[in-house]
Amino acid sequence: MPAVAETLETLKSTQEGGYKWGFHTDIEMEFAPKGLNEDIVRFISAKKNEPAWLLEWRLKAFAIWQKMEEPDWAAVNYPKIDYQDAFYYAAPKQKIAPKSLDEVDPELLRTYEKLGIPLREQERLQGIAVDAVFDSVSVATSYKERLGKEGVIFCSISEAVHNHPELVRQYLGSVVPQGDNYFAALNSAVFTDGSFVYIPKGVRCPMELSTYFRINAQNTGQFERTLIIAEAGSHVSYLEGCTAPQRDENQLHAAVVELVAMDDATIKYSTVQNWYPGDSEGRGGIYNFVTKRGACRGARSKISWTQVETGSAITWKYPSCILLGDDSVGEFYSVAVTNNRQQADTGTKMWHIGKNTRSTIVSKGISAGQGQNTYRGLVKISPKATGARNFTQCDSLLIGDQCGAHTVPYIENRCMSAKVEHEATTSRIAEDQLFYCRARGLNQEEAVGLIVNGFCREVLKELPMEFAVEAQKLLQISLEGSVG
Amino acid sequence: MLKIENLTAEIDGKQILKGITLEVPAGEVHAIMGPNGSGKSTLSYVLSGREGYEVTGGSATFNGQDILAMEPEDRAATGLFLAFQYPVELPGVGNANFMRTALNAIRRARGEAEVDAMQFLKLSRAKIKALQMSEDMLKRNVNVGFSGGEKKRNEVLQMALLEPKLAILDETDSGLDIDALKIVADGVNAMRGPGFSALVITHYQRLLDHITPDRVHVLMGGRIVKSGGPELAHALEAEGYAKVAA
Repeated sequence: MPAVAETLETLKSTQEGGYKWGFHTDIEMEFAPKGLNEDIVRFISAKKNEPAWLLEWRLKAFAIWQKMEEPDWAAVNYPKIDYQDAFYYAAPKQKIAPKSLDEVDPELLRTYEKLGIPLREQERLQGIAVDAVFDSVSVATSYKERLGKEGVIFCSISEAVHNHPELVRQYLGSVVPQGDNYFAALNSAVFTDGSFVYIPKGVRCPMELSTYFRINAQNTGQFERTLIIAEAGSHVSYLEGCTAPQRDENQLHAAVVELVAMDDATIKYSTVQNWYPGDSEGRGGIYNFVTKRGACRGARSKISWTQVETGSAITWKYPSCILLGDDSVGEFYSVAVTNNRQQADTGTKMWHIGKNTRSTIVSKGISAGQGQNTYRGLVKISPKATGARNFTQCDSLLIGDQCGAHTVPYIENRCMSAKVEHEATTSRIAEDQLFYCRARGLNQEEAVGLIVNGFCREVLKELPMEFAVEAQKLLQISLEGSVG
Repeated sequence: MLKIENLTAEIDGKQILKGITLEVPAGEVHAIMGPNGSGKSTLSYVLSGREGYEVTGGSATFNGQDILAMEPEDRAATGLFLAFQYPVELPGVGNANFMRTALNAIRRARGEAEVDAMQFLKLSRAKIKALQMSEDMLKRNVNVGFSGGEKKRNEVLQMALLEPKLAILDETDSGLDIDALKIVADGVNAMRGPGFSALVITHYQRLLDHITPDRVHVLMGGRIVKSGGPELAHALEAEGYAKVAA
């Protein structure tokens, strides 16, 4: 969508005070039977024509999951989830897998156009390759050929299972094992699709890679699995965006993302999460229970997470880095917004194992309405991580007097020569700041948007340009009506 | 023209303005002088619409429009500008972005086309040059880490960019050295013309050495106690408020 049209669209949705991504697509779907048991796991695996080893892997995960308890330590409240009352597989009905975009259901293409994600390559904003995941399956990946020339593999994980089984088998679950936690185990058993990225040695990926996740079907969980491998000396920037229709019931989203960076490799992973947050009374919205972790396996490798979390009824998410390689670097830049009845418990883990490893954590929490926002982070420094350094900054901004901000930083330092710094602030949008902006002609909402974007600047500047603009608008829309 | 009639206002139940009547015709610059606590800043906040200042009586119109009934941003759109006594810091907000957002908000409210980043850059550079300021000003965050003088200069720059029809300068001269004072005065003088009027609120005569007012009003105890020509300011400086107002 051209920038101007998009701006108008945004403006319109701001005026209407709605969630503009709340429409749903009428398309013929194929579902697995409702509920979750071993047969469903087999059904999904069979639907995807998977090799035996992967089915085994899934069944093992399912067995582990059955013995696990849903975690309750996060500062979020929600009614108990009935895991039997959901569909674990939903796919647009299509007889054969589309080989090119011309074979993709036009209704699906229209959906993505409506979302501002045209999949047709000639219409794409230049330089971003997109993989689009609709409910349980990936519908299209653009720019495949051009990437192929560089040896970059960018496809859905289902395709990777068939075309690059050795890579998938080697790395799947190597960063987030099946039994890592309750939601990761569930994902390992029933994951349906997601993206796969492989950057060969020494290659700088020629464009931004992007996946767009869309939950459409009712009562369906989305369990995507993303795996990114950056070989020695390679570089990749990956973007992820998400939306869902507006529905009264809650929908579960439990994704797993695994990143592997070898010597001197850099992975930059950016997320703009805008799942449907529920209405002002707290009805509906996505439960976003996500496990994201990156392993800096090589020396001087770097993994950088940037997230802007504006959506979801509940967010439970801790993108983390295992800093194994000497001199490796982990970064976490986060903006989390909770408005109305939204709850977010989010943060990161930085685990320093290699020598001279460094990590930076910048977390900006914004609470409005009756929103509750918790930063939960762990900086863990092993005895051998000599010279390790961490800097953590957690800032909270409160809008109104019924919201809450909480900061729970854990530091486990077992190395004498390591240096750990932590700074935290909590502030309110001051009346004099609002008045100053309004006296210059900005309305209340524009003023809040400007002040909040200023508050988040350190994080937003980490985002690729296209995303930063989108994120700024989202922040403003998410906080609309929160003052005055 | 700004027309204030018998305006009364209070803060937290305490009456501060006790019946102000004042007219500033288009094209004129009027000074309001008065000791601390006389209600000068309250008058500027009431006119620009700050929360917490309750109007209890009287009226204020600008070109016939009842400004007291308007939101602060709508007052700005009709051409009212307040240069703050204590300009506010906006961490993380770039000055250029802030001013362009403000300019476009006002242009939008007036049904005019918005200016894009390139047009704004050109416009702001021209204004900065005319005001003899540094372009550095555009890159910094709004008032963050600015010295007192820089903050006031930033107010004048904003005024020059937004081109108001009526500017209220609330003790813009306080805390300025003589060079900064001259820049501020030049900024106001450059805007003088039939379509611009200003209310210059100040303690001291010295700003009025550089901006010659058409009229001078003395505000004491929430009322205008005396009005006159520019010579009144000199009399105040020489003899003090108490004697002149007596």
